[in-house]
Amino acid sequence: MSDYILSMEHITKVYPNGFVANRDVSLSVEKGEIHALSGENGAGKSTLMKVLFGEEQPEEGKIFFEGREIHPENSISAIKMGIGMVHQHFMLVPSLTVAENIVLGMEPGRFGYFNKREAFRRASEIIEKYRFSIDPRERVENLPVGDKQKVEILKALYRGAKLLILDEPTAVLTPQETEELFVQMNLLKAQGHTLIFISHKLREIKQICEHITVLRGGRTVGTARVADVTEQEISRMMVGRDVMLEIEKPPAHPGKTVLQVRDLPLSDRPDAPTISFDIREGEILGVAGVEGNGQSELAMSIAGLLPYKTGSIRLKGKELRGLSVRKIRALGLSHISEDRMSYGCAADANIEENLFSTTIYQKKYSRFGLLRGKLLDRRTDELIREYRIKCSEKKEPVRMLSGGNIQKVVVAREFSGNTPMILANQPTRGIDVGATEFIRNKLVDLRTNGAAVLLISADLNEVLEVSDSLLVLSSGGVSAYFADAAQVEEDTLGEYMLGLRQMTAQEIGGAVHEASD
Amino acid sequence: MKHRTKDRPLPTNRQIETRFTLIRTLVAVGIALAGCLILILVVSEEPWDAFVAFLIGPLESGKNIATVFETAAPLVYSGLAVSVMFSCNQFNMAGEGALYIGGLVASAVAVKLSLPIVVHPILALLLGGVAGAVVCAVPGILKIKLGATEIVSSLMLNYIVLYLGVYILNYFLIDPAAGFPATERLPESAQLPTLIPRTHFHVGTILAFVLCAVVYLYLYKSKQGYAIRMVGQNEKFARYSGIGVGGTILSAQLAGGFLAGMGGASEVLGSYTRFQWVALPGYGFDGVIVATLAGNNPLLVPLGALFLGYLRVGADIMSRRSDVATEVLSIVQGTIILLVASKLFLQHIKHKYIVSVAEKRESLAAAAPEAAPEGGEANA
Repeated sequence: MSDYILSMEHITKVYPNGFVANRDVSLSVEKGEIHALSGENGAGKSTLMKVLFGEEQPEEGKIFFEGREIHPENSISAIKMGIGMVHQHFMLVPSLTVAENIVLGMEPGRFGYFNKREAFRRASEIIEKYRFSIDPRERVENLPVGDKQKVEILKALYRGAKLLILDEPTAVLTPQETEELFVQMNLLKAQGHTLIFISHKLREIKQICEHITVLRGGRTVGTARVADVTEQEISRMMVGRDVMLEIEKPPAHPGKTVLQVRDLPLSDRPDAPTISFDIREGEILGVAGVEGNGQSELAMSIAGLLPYKTGSIRLKGKELRGLSVRKIRALGLSHISEDRMSYGCAADANIEENLFSTTIYQKKYSRFGLLRGKLLDRRTDELIREYRIKCSEKKEPVRMLSGGNIQKVVVAREFSGNTPMILANQPTRGIDVGATEFIRNKLVDLRTNGAAVLLISADLNEVLEVSDSLLVLSSGGVSAYFADAAQVEEDTLGEYMLGLRQMTAQEIGGAVHEASD
Repeated sequence: MKHRTKDRPLPTNRQIETRFTLIRTLVAVGIALAGCLILILVVSEEPWDAFVAFLIGPLESGKNIATVFETAAPLVYSGLAVSVMFSCNQFNMAGEGALYIGGLVASAVAVKLSLPIVVHPILALLLGGVAGAVVCAVPGILKIKLGATEIVSSLMLNYIVLYLGVYILNYFLIDPAAGFPATERLPESAQLPTLIPRTHFHVGTILAFVLCAVVYLYLYKSKQGYAIRMVGQNEKFARYSGIGVGGTILSAQLAGGFLAGMGGASEVLGSYTRFQWVALPGYGFDGVIVATLAGNNPLLVPLGALFLGYLRVGADIMSRRSDVATEVLSIVQGTIILLVASKLFLQHIKHKYIVSVAEKRESLAAAAPEAAPEGGEANA
């Protein structure tokens, strides 16, 4: 249709490791509107915008901009066509002035001479035109975050952006700065610009957007007029469930407490919310929530990788504060890190080396000061078979495996130690369905055999299917505790995740099974 | 499927990578030698004689071959030292200073102590190694405790070590009768015996090659070596796994420094009559070249060191027999290192090959459907 300035049709994007980030995604944006693009982390929003901005090349699909089909090959060609993007992480030179940053890359002057006066004139002109209140002579490093963002927007406008993509612009702003940004965005709209606003903050979307397109799991869920839908409806679109995998799960019989967490801060800010809970033998406690609400801090603190100043963590009664990772692991902790390639494995090391990183110091693997190669080889063969790791040989570098098989190597290492406590942080993120199902079933098996499991996941299917009990994190801290995860409605869960609802402290206190003395 | 397409099994990705590393090194050597030939053609009156002297000279006689080994020995020590430190991803350049101080300490032991015949060189070698270990530990400790980049601190440290050594030589060890800054003659009891007459092929030369196997076992078959390599490959992973990162980094520097220090001791005790280094000998930096050629693998270090030794002896013979100076060698060395260290050199050919093998594997898997269960393919 002609009143669409942009339509992206049937975009499919597969990353080199086989992960399908966008599957047949379509997006249409009307000229002169503010269009919200929404969805959970990992839903494919950023990938779609990277395709539009020329940073990624789609496998399939077409992009029409101002009625013509375009093929943005890189960000420079996208900018030339009139598409601008404001990244979440600012791309500015702190030591240069506002004006210099705005004109950077398209500086006035010639033969290598930089005409500073002309740069200031042009920068002032564009600041004037869009009525931004900012001093072009100020150095960027002296600016507050909100003003840096303005510089980013001005940069895009200076390059002639007709369509402006704002990637979660409010995530870094204070409420006052957010209000100011919205005024600015409305001004831009009034001057004929079109804006794509990436956000999962429903209140903000309600406030300034005309339409909303929701993505989930790499697919389009739908587009709606914001005025026609309630926040609850949007939340349901965002966090609804997809295909279910078959998880065989006998009922839980929780035993003694294995891990006890009390008043542990969820970030290093002084006013950070805290979390308290117990996990018992034979129980999987799920932690659901939009990423970035303290899940990483929780996992890293338990694993001994992030020192905690206040609160306490006890594993089988022993306080973990100040203990080394090796001691914590020796006490009985297994840890699947959310960051598979940074923490979970050494990519250039081979499968065998990756399988024994946590246990190789043990006496049984060495004799006369040398490692017992045959024993390690035999164990490796067993683990490759048991965990169905698809590889061409056991000495193959891990980086040559697919994501799912790399994760199986990690899981084989962490699950084979018969540890009483398993910390699984995003155990199936970005891997294929087969490996996902395998890992989820393994988790359930281990808990049925008496292990305590803390499952942190942004994947709602996963937390709802696998967990026995469930904690929910929102931006304000713990927003809910459900003693029986099977009874939780996904709509309800979505509302707690997005902070629309909040349980009382007493209700959340249900996660603590023993009085801490 | 008329007949089986796989007479030979398809190479695994690991085999492809190994092959390409070898090919890349050989191509780099070839290009460097070709460049060298062109250079000689330009500058020399008798280019052919010069080139023959350069390439054939080192292999002409048993004595020359022994000289190649003798030249390679200190390079083996320093190559091993650098390999251990680089395996831990520590670009510690203090091997140079460690080798220097190892030679000095060994000479001090030789001239200041009088000990029986076998004990004397062994003690000198060991104390030389210990002195080297202390030197290489310094950048390691600075990095662990203060976050100082080891490459800068170690380079600077080399000069501190050198001038400290020169001071010690001039004030405590100097023999005024020598007529130049040097220690007294090293006593017979402390020297490493020469094994081939009229060369400096000595016991320390043999020891260097034996150490390659020892260091291989240490790095690849012991748990500390494993820890060193894991910290080198991914420090976060090592930390996550419970490996003590700081201690591992330090032990790698100590081991590397010990090897370098021992190399200096062996060189002085075997090939010199007096200790007379008043400048850095350069072996420590040559160790970087050797380790790069060997891909930090101790078992390949002898090959790298011998190759470098061969080029040096060749350049030496060439300069004696023709009008081409030994400095040509630096160009050859530089070119090889540049090409071997460039990860992208020949990369596109390798990538194409991996993709084509992956496709063949796919079609084989498609032909035999029972062999394609869940899980992804190895990506190229």
